Amino acid sequence: MHENITPCRKAFTSALLEEARTDNNIFVVTSDARGSVTLDDFANELPEQFVEVGIAEQNAVGMAAGLASCGKNVFVCGPACFYSARSLEQIKVDVAYSRNSVKIVGVSGGISYGALGSTHHSLHDIAVMRTFPGLNIYLPADRYQTEQLTRYLAKSNEPAYVRMGRNAVPDVYSKGQASFTWGKANVLHEGTDVSIIATGETVYHALEAARMLEQENISALVLDMPTIKPIDREAILMAAKTTGRIITVEEHSIYGGLGSAVAEIV
Amino acid sequence: MITDLELERIAVSVRKMTLEMIYNASGGHTGGSLSAADILVVLYHSVMNINPAAISNEDRDRFILSKGHSVESYYAVLASKGFFDKTILPTYGKFNSILAGHPTKKVPGIELNSGALGHGLSVGAGMALAAKRSGKSFYTYVLMGDGEQGEGSLMEAAAAAGHYHLDNLVGIIDRNGLQISGPTELVCRVDDLAGKYAACGWSVRFCNGHYIKELRERLLSAPFEKGKPSLLIAQTVKGKGVSFIENKPDWHHKVPSEEQLDRAIKELDKQMEELINA
Repeated sequence: MHENITPCRKAFTSALLEEARTDNNIFVVTSDARGSVTLDDFANELPEQFVEVGIAEQNAVGMAAGLASCGKNVFVCGPACFYSARSLEQIKVDVAYSRNSVKIVGVSGGISYGALGSTHHSLHDIAVMRTFPGLNIYLPADRYQTEQLTRYLAKSNEPAYVRMGRNAVPDVYSKGQASFTWGKANVLHEGTDVSIIATGETVYHALEAARMLEQENISALVLDMPTIKPIDREAILMAAKTTGRIITVEEHSIYGGLGSAVAEIV
Repeated sequence: MITDLELERIAVSVRKMTLEMIYNASGGHTGGSLSAADILVVLYHSVMNINPAAISNEDRDRFILSKGHSVESYYAVLASKGFFDKTILPTYGKFNSILAGHPTKKVPGIELNSGALGHGLSVGAGMALAAKRSGKSFYTYVLMGDGEQGEGSLMEAAAAAGHYHLDNLVGIIDRNGLQISGPTELVCRVDDLAGKYAACGWSVRFCNGHYIKELRERLLSAPFEKGKPSLLIAQTVKGKGVSFIENKPDWHHKVPSEEQLDRAIKELDKQMEELINA
């Protein structure tokens, strides 16, 4: 098996470009982040559907809301750390509260930026975004799920926050396999002793853990939770009933993220 | 075409409705609603291409009240234009009313939920850019406060609007000179407003924000320069129209007593009488 070299952000921009070729209402807004997001192809091929605002995240989200209110389906793309803090009020008011069809796509989320330090980490984003009524939240696990999520969002007029990482991650799914159903968790590994619920790029590691536990005769149920909001309540209750124990795995603060969302239900 | 005199009469009636709403609700933003009243009347009754019977028409002009707290005169103007029935104005601020203390899209004709300052110009720039990219000819108008100019996000929006040559975007500043804590230039200076926007590539004009004829001429002449967004700095008086409310910072969100409401209505009735006899 060849090692995957396509990061989720690249899978996202490739799929979005394909969708945007046949739907000129799809717009991308970015804030001097076309390199970080891998938007060069989109910008070069569809300049009329691309908007660069420079280093100005608040304005990026506000303008996206204005474009969306005039019928565009707008993807605001840039580092998750900046969009989930600097432009938070614009996301709250102009996107979520005003119900404009804007997708905030935060790349290099969590601690992807590593040694760049805390300014560039986003370990708070799921927590804050969860509190905004009307804003759905997605964390794809790999390139294939990212592609399916992107194709869904290209047809959806909902406000949403999407977080993905920076580097290529190992595949969880295979090409062509159905990996994203809105609002639904995927059971990746059956088990009866313990449940591991993971989201985003930690899903692969949860699956690895389950395989390791298997060597020790511990049977772990693994759930991939690509939709954090609205969360799949039934899947969480099923996991709780099946195994009686739940471990959550996420690249996020222990406050307010997937772990909290699961704890709110069980 | 509607005459200046007719617009002036509508403005007086809007001021009356504004004060009655604030009195009924025991809350509201009196000073800024009154300073913005003439601007709103001129926009909705003579400048903007809008039709209350076709509020989703893609070619309609767009308006955003970025200074969302001045909502009472905005509601009064929307009602006077026929976006909804005037009989619901007394529900303002009450439980289950669509008329909340800041604008929401639940109200027919309102394009954006606003109230957090410094947002409207970005959203307006997005609307104007959407028009350009879609080959549409509608205009987008954004009414801002002068105290609101402290919000740095407005300069982000101004720079982008200039960069994209959004000459279908018209910003208006209700320059009444007062914010909640006092005169804008004493609280923390916002000037040189004209210079700031001009530096971002805007064409800037001034006018008397209570002189209907000048307001209308200025707004109808937009874009002031081809290829540039237009900024109209409307010199206004906070609390305009009621002698004892004018230019008093504490009337930013002070509520009139019954006696004050009576006195204010009498003053406004007198103004209306003069306009009817004019």
